[in-house]
Amino acid sequence: MAMRFDVLLPLLVILVKVGVVLVALLTTVAYAVWLERKVVARIQSRWGPYRVGPHGLLQPVADGLKIFFKEDIVPSDVDRLVFWAAPFIAFTLALVSISVIPFGGSITISGHTIPFQITDLNVGLLFVLAVTSLGVYGVALAGWSSNSKYPLLGGLRSSAQMISYELSLGLGVVGVVMLAGSLSLREIVERQSGLWNVFVQPVGFLLYFTAAIAETNRIPFDLPEGESELVAGFHTEYSSFKFAMFFMAEYANIVTVSCLATLLFFGGWLGPVFGPPTLRALLPVCWFCLKVFCFLFLYIWIRGTLPRFRYDQLMAFGWKFLLPVGLLNVLVTSLIVAWRST
Amino acid sequence: MAPLFYILATVAILAALCLVLQRTPVYSALSLIVVLCSLAVIYLLLGAEFLAVIQVIIYAGAIMVLFVLVIMLLNARQETPTDRSRLARWLGAPLLLAFLGEVLFAVWQHFPPETGPAATALVGRPRAIGELLFRNYVLPFEVTSILILVAVLGAVVLAKKRL
Repeated sequence: MAMRFDVLLPLLVILVKVGVVLVALLTTVAYAVWLERKVVARIQSRWGPYRVGPHGLLQPVADGLKIFFKEDIVPSDVDRLVFWAAPFIAFTLALVSISVIPFGGSITISGHTIPFQITDLNVGLLFVLAVTSLGVYGVALAGWSSNSKYPLLGGLRSSAQMISYELSLGLGVVGVVMLAGSLSLREIVERQSGLWNVFVQPVGFLLYFTAAIAETNRIPFDLPEGESELVAGFHTEYSSFKFAMFFMAEYANIVTVSCLATLLFFGGWLGPVFGPPTLRALLPVCWFCLKVFCFLFLYIWIRGTLPRFRYDQLMAFGWKFLLPVGLLNVLVTSLIVAWRST
Repeated sequence: MAPLFYILATVAILAALCLVLQRTPVYSALSLIVVLCSLAVIYLLLGAEFLAVIQVIIYAGAIMVLFVLVIMLLNARQETPTDRSRLARWLGAPLLLAFLGEVLFAVWQHFPPETGPAATALVGRPRAIGELLFRNYVLPFEVTSILILVAVLGAVVLAKKRL
């Protein structure tokens, strides 16, 4: 019986961790939407949501309930299987990539050391990039299966955009990987205990952040859903919970990308730690959340202040500026790393 | 790990069959993605984490995206069977059987695999792969990259009417 308990305990720990992370992620997603509406409203000299709860704090709950009770409209002649699968693909992939993100060090409960991370892959960084690279299917298939011209154009645009900017995203993080000598997110963070990577790799950070905005289809790179030309892009024909899934996937991706930026360039959970052991274990998680919040705010700030690119400008910027700069950054970093190690 | 392997292997084989028997191009492409992803998870089970992730990034995330994009652009709906190739009809089945027999024979010969997953665990590490690629096999690697460069140039010349 005792042995069985030993087998069950790790399983239970993993289930609890998955549950906590999922709930935290979905709550963050819901309140990121609220934050966005509030901040953008203030940027535009409005108040934003104010009626539901104090300062509109219950607005996400109201929105969530409303969207699930909406009529689910499926246009005629859609490719039913793919039309259904696309939002699930987008949503699932958005949730999967959070599984390798470390939120803090580890906590010791009655002799068991539990790291603040669902699973520690030694290629964690590449895992996130792989899942992100699959994310394009949700958008592309949604556009194709809707059997309508605006979604198709939006889907095509977004596929092209995501393929183009994935390269710059990858090149932006290569420098960090070379400095850390590891692809494990935990090791990359621990290497930054002296100096955050953003000071060593400023070009890499700018590349990563620019490409990340494009990967998550946000302003100023939100061409796939540019409403003035494509109605709403790939999700024009979607309604009710299928639309909600795309919506949540987009914000979950923003959270993941912000987490990754924090881990790779801003020292992850590192920060001043003091007090009793429990506080010592929990403070890093607070630092991590604070840094991620700053990135979310930055995202919203950019959305509220920058105009949208034109499509040819977007492509030219990706291929003719970001990519060469990324290659140059990799070249210079590798030369410095090689020079140091001799 | 064994039951997980059999589940994934079944998924991969079913998806592969779906890929071949399917008449709608998009479904075929999606089945191929399922095959590639289940293979990636099998690599993961063998301890080759790097290979697994690279498999997803390169094949499922890059090459198949282009396939899906082309299918979307051509808006290919359903394929209609043609009676053009008699050769394929008469030679297809025997060749298929011969190939299957060959594969089965090869698997049968090595059936109880003598090397455990512990031996392959080190091979999957990025450092080990990098050393193999850039020390032992550096010439084939560079030749391949030149080949790809030539192919890219060829594609540009063919596609662009005036340079």
